[in-house]
Amino acid sequence: MIGGLFIYNHKGEVLISRVYRDDIGRNAVDAFRVNVIHARQQVRSPVTNIARTSFFHVKRSNIWLAAVTKQNVNAAMVFEFLYKMCDVMAAYFGKVSEENIKNNFVLIYELLDEILDFGYPQNSETGALKTFITQQGIKGQTKEEQSQITSQVTGQIGWRREGIKYRRNELFLDVLESVNLLMSPQGQVLSAHVSGRVVMKSYLSGMPECKFGMNDKIVIDKAGKGGVTDEVGKSDLGGGGSTSGKQSIAIDDCTFNQCVRLSKFDSERSISFIPPDGEYELMRYRTTKDIILPFRVIPLVREVGRTKLEVKVVIKSNFKPSLLAQKIEVRIPTPLNTSGVQVICMKGKAKYKASENAIVWKIKRMAGMKESQISAEIELLPTNDKKKWARPPISMNFEVPFAPSGLKVRYLKVFESKLNYSDHDVVKWVRYIGRSGIYETRC
Amino acid sequence: MTDSKYFTTTKKGEIFELKAELNSDKKEKKKEAVKKVIASMTVGKDVSALFPDVVNCMQTDNLELKKLVYLYLMNYAKSQPDMAIMAVNTFVKDCEDANPLIRALAVRTMGCIRVDKITEYLCEPLRKCLKDEDPYVRKTAAVCVAKLHDINAQLVEDQGFLDTLKDLISDSNPMVVANAVAALSEIAESHPNSNLLDLNPQSINKLLTALNECTEWGQIFILDCLANYTPRDDRESQSICERVTPRLSHANSAVVLSAVKVLMKFMEMLPKDLDYYSTLLKKLAPPLVTLLSAEPELQYVALRNINLIVQKRPEILKHEMKVFFVKYNDPIYVKLEKLDIMIRLASQANIAQVLAELKEYATEVDVDFVRKAVRAIGRCAIKVEQSAERCVSTLLDLIQTKVNYVVQEAIVVIKDIFRKYPNKYESVIATLCENLDSLDEPEARAAMIWIVGEYAERIDNADELLESFLEGFHDESTQVQLQLLTAIVKLFLKKPTETQELVQQVLSLATQDSDNPDLRDRGYIYWRLLSTDPVAAKEVVLAEKPLISEETDLIEPTLLEELICHIGTLASVYHKPPSAFVEGSRGVMHKRLPARTGSGESTESPDVGTAAGGSAPEAAPSIIPSQGDLLGDLLNLDMAPPTTSGPPPPTTGMQMGGMDLLGGGLDSLMGDESEPLGGDIGGSPAMGAGFGAAPAVMPASLNAPVGGGLGDLFDLGGVGMPMGAYIPPKIVWLPAMKAKGLEISGTFARRAGVIQMELILTNKAMSVMTDFAIQFNRNSFGLAPAGPLQVLTPLGPNQTIEVSLPLSTVGPVMKMDPLNNLQVAVKNNIDVFYFSCQYPISMLFVEDGKMERQVFLATWKDIPNDNESQFQIKDCHLNSDAASSKLQGSNIFTIAKRTVEGQDMLYMSIKLSNGIWVLAELRVQAGNPNYTISLKCRAPEVSQCVFQCYEAVLKN
Repeated sequence: MIGGLFIYNHKGEVLISRVYRDDIGRNAVDAFRVNVIHARQQVRSPVTNIARTSFFHVKRSNIWLAAVTKQNVNAAMVFEFLYKMCDVMAAYFGKVSEENIKNNFVLIYELLDEILDFGYPQNSETGALKTFITQQGIKGQTKEEQSQITSQVTGQIGWRREGIKYRRNELFLDVLESVNLLMSPQGQVLSAHVSGRVVMKSYLSGMPECKFGMNDKIVIDKAGKGGVTDEVGKSDLGGGGSTSGKQSIAIDDCTFNQCVRLSKFDSERSISFIPPDGEYELMRYRTTKDIILPFRVIPLVREVGRTKLEVKVVIKSNFKPSLLAQKIEVRIPTPLNTSGVQVICMKGKAKYKASENAIVWKIKRMAGMKESQISAEIELLPTNDKKKWARPPISMNFEVPFAPSGLKVRYLKVFESKLNYSDHDVVKWVRYIGRSGIYETRC
Repeated sequence: MTDSKYFTTTKKGEIFELKAELNSDKKEKKKEAVKKVIASMTVGKDVSALFPDVVNCMQTDNLELKKLVYLYLMNYAKSQPDMAIMAVNTFVKDCEDANPLIRALAVRTMGCIRVDKITEYLCEPLRKCLKDEDPYVRKTAAVCVAKLHDINAQLVEDQGFLDTLKDLISDSNPMVVANAVAALSEIAESHPNSNLLDLNPQSINKLLTALNECTEWGQIFILDCLANYTPRDDRESQSICERVTPRLSHANSAVVLSAVKVLMKFMEMLPKDLDYYSTLLKKLAPPLVTLLSAEPELQYVALRNINLIVQKRPEILKHEMKVFFVKYNDPIYVKLEKLDIMIRLASQANIAQVLAELKEYATEVDVDFVRKAVRAIGRCAIKVEQSAERCVSTLLDLIQTKVNYVVQEAIVVIKDIFRKYPNKYESVIATLCENLDSLDEPEARAAMIWIVGEYAERIDNADELLESFLEGFHDESTQVQLQLLTAIVKLFLKKPTETQELVQQVLSLATQDSDNPDLRDRGYIYWRLLSTDPVAAKEVVLAEKPLISEETDLIEPTLLEELICHIGTLASVYHKPPSAFVEGSRGVMHKRLPARTGSGESTESPDVGTAAGGSAPEAAPSIIPSQGDLLGDLLNLDMAPPTTSGPPPPTTGMQMGGMDLLGGGLDSLMGDESEPLGGDIGGSPAMGAGFGAAPAVMPASLNAPVGGGLGDLFDLGGVGMPMGAYIPPKIVWLPAMKAKGLEISGTFARRAGVIQMELILTNKAMSVMTDFAIQFNRNSFGLAPAGPLQVLTPLGPNQTIEVSLPLSTVGPVMKMDPLNNLQVAVKNNIDVFYFSCQYPISMLFVEDGKMERQVFLATWKDIPNDNESQFQIKDCHLNSDAASSKLQGSNIFTIAKRTVEGQDMLYMSIKLSNGIWVLAELRVQAGNPNYTISLKCRAPEVSQCVFQCYEAVLKN
């Protein structure tokens, strides 16, 4: 198991050091600093073995978090734990930075004592932790409160407490997708996938039992055969893609928040759960079939002699004309020896940013089925450097008001048998946002 | 609230000031001071001098302050054990506190203080806490048992904490169950043979129920524990798989990977024609792909594991090539791993896409990545024959870029391609030669020289090219020197007239001016060979080389199986068994995949059981006496397995060097250009002496009464006889892991007067094995093979062959310890392997071992009483007659029987193949299962072995 956990700043100074196992000595702290943080070469692996001691590290801005062990630990678990550790810290004091860590080191030690025992991760849900690690002491608690805390921390439904009440029962569903693309210069899709998340904000009283339904191909096909009518939630806003007629989508894989009953999903493919209070991520999914690619980038790069490049890039929007894409940004990389750039664009603003070695072209809004173009002349300094310019791909950022995967929420039903509100009394909101993930076209 | 100020105090006299503050009356000031102390501790300053002052702050109702003091205690208690005792009272009191959070805190902290005196006091509170009404306290106490075990294992056992911990597995709270499982698993790891976890269908059921209810971390503990269980049959296996599969949709990647581990392991037991089997295979792919959308560090762990999974079960991800395409901003470690998997998944169906990608990568910036991409193109050519041509032309394009490291890497792989497709792509040699001057890395230079030497007859100026290398001969690395030597000899044999001077020059450089023994020896051998018999030299040096196999970089199957059992853990990231990087007893245990067992079959097979039990059968073959090891090591010096990066020619060198050991001839020693060759030569004289005698013995041994074939004939008749000689069951002598995939198990038998060594050879490697031969080291009874090892057909992957080898007893004799120890060398086209085994001495009992009564009596008296040894045979339920006839089957002859007071006395005689007589008196009392046996022999050292035979024969 995890033998110790260290946090360093960018200089390699220790900010937090907590040792859980006897086989980890103080010299481990220095070993990591010398061999990894101060290493001359770029880090080649997130797992390093130094003198039969293994170090796992992640970096958050310029902070290093390292877990050490001398045993054959579950490596995936260690990394999951380190991420969780960052989440917990962020939930308590915001950004994980040197200043915040120094300011909260007592709290961090308290957290580390709680969420890692003898190197074994324990309950690390911030919802539960915040009930008893408060930096205020626990003097004022009654006996009932104490036992409620402990049963929540160790309980089956560790993510929700009893007795929550709202005057207005309301829930918000956000379908957030990031669409990833790698396209060849000739316009051939090399790989494309959507990774999506369903984020829910629930403000519901009691211990409600929820059931979530979407246009999952497997469910629809099954229902179609059985002749069950399609129930559509009242606040279904529908997708907005050019293929809005599409009935169902094939989901490659999905993962769920720990509140979802996985065995039920496995047997019936139904998503049922008791939600945590407030905001949380219900599920993640991935699709690769029939993706609506909101934009197409057509690059044209021409080398004119040794000191000049001509670049022309056309972008085409590919969705319903009534919808508007926002925050569009096209990033065209330029060689390191660029001396000057002239840009002409039809729409939006374009600028050469020398520090980023790229031309950044921004367009605030763009409707569907439109097209726009930029052309640039890049002057190059003559160099002796024989190494070829790697021609990084042109990348794009945008936001569109539909789900590029075609996913639609069909219903979210809420049952609370003990309290007197029914599914119809709950106010539900659904929103779809598609964003660019790594959306690249090689040039 | 800002705590950062505590980090800034660096002035002198600080400790003194802190001391004053710690003893202040004001609570706030005290707390501030403790915070400063902790901050100093974090930075690595020694603040242990403040121990008594800090401990004084412990008695407080301020929980924050208490936790800080506890943290201090955990750090310094070990260095101040006497003072730490001051804290005990507070701990014990806190363990009784009304607040469960405080009770848990106290027991958690106490477990972290490694001071004996404190540990003593811990037992009582811990016992209470393990039965606490509050689950939070119980889950903390469960982990505390593991802590205590780490400090004092004996104490934990004596206090009965292990049983309490086992009870917690049935606790109503899932988190308590999960922590108990984690603690027990850890304790079990340091007691490999205890049956601590005692996994059985009932406890498994409990774990599976808890799995649905506990936290993500708890699920990992439970799944990792489940992976150690071996189901009784395929039905149980399937039902566990069904209940584990839903975990594949968990958001936590570690839960997913641990579930994959359980499924990969249990799947082994499912029949392949089962519908469920293929369903399961289909279910595994999507979650594995999803892991690639996790954070980069997790992607890295996932990719290392996927690398193992695609080697074990390539069918799972064969359609998912695209997800392994490299993204521009992937971290370098993710890029390199993806590349590896791309090559593994490359097939005729997707090769076009793969090649296009690889070509793209070869123009990237990161040198390592580019090199690997270039090498990958070569690997594709070797793997997918149809693509070879395109790969070669891609490589040529890359050579045209003139980027130095790309060119060098390309030349290295092109050499490999030549080894796979000889006489097909030689047209590119001209292009390669153009780049001769830019090569500065030894590997690339050696590869180029090899190409020039190999195709010398087609390169007009081969002599000039090689001569140009010769100028700086002494500055080259050994790799290049060896290659150059061989290449010039090849050139000479192909074009003798023009190159005589050159070859003399290189031979004298290698033999007279070099300090390197490898180089010198190789030089001498060439020299002598060329001067004695040029025709033979030609046959040797220009021999046809075997084609290289496409999958030299695969992980060896036994290791792969073990690593599959460690999916998700560090072992799977390093691709090394835990014993390679974990100290002490932990993780030394080898895990392995279960064998397929049908529902109806016996469940008692020895390797079914927990992982702890699983290691037992493997222990047997590893008892190789140091002698053998030494010899093995001497010869194995350079027989490292071929690696991904290693150029294939050395592989041949190894094979050929190996062949020589047993063949005796010099022919293949020349091999070609392999650098390890020198090592072989260095080692072989010693071996030559050891084995040299063997061929001479062979003709003699053929005179043995019955030849091998005849023996088999007799053998057929022998089977029908009611009382055959005792044949011990076959055991594994040489595990595949030690022999590059060759597994040997076997036994010894005496059939119709002929000693037979019965072997089962199994090929667990990927390539075909041929050219088997066997030799014995000298041994106590002069056992030697009476004929060659009859493996006539090549042994394909996963094939098994049974051979019986007739043995003679006229070989060279050397006393072994134990007496019946036999050291064996087996070779095949891959290597020479050594193992040792023990034969039952009953094999050597000859058929004419029945002594005359009178002679028996006289001999018995004649042998001094000092030579008599007495043994007990326990639990034998045969009557004296049955025993007698049973023993007779193994040539132990009863001469007389006497009955005194209900006790049967049997007198027996045995003659060993080397003429030694053993006399025995066996006493059998009716109704008593314990026999007494007295043995008398002029060579008393055999008595122990003979007794073992009695025991074996009577009990089987």
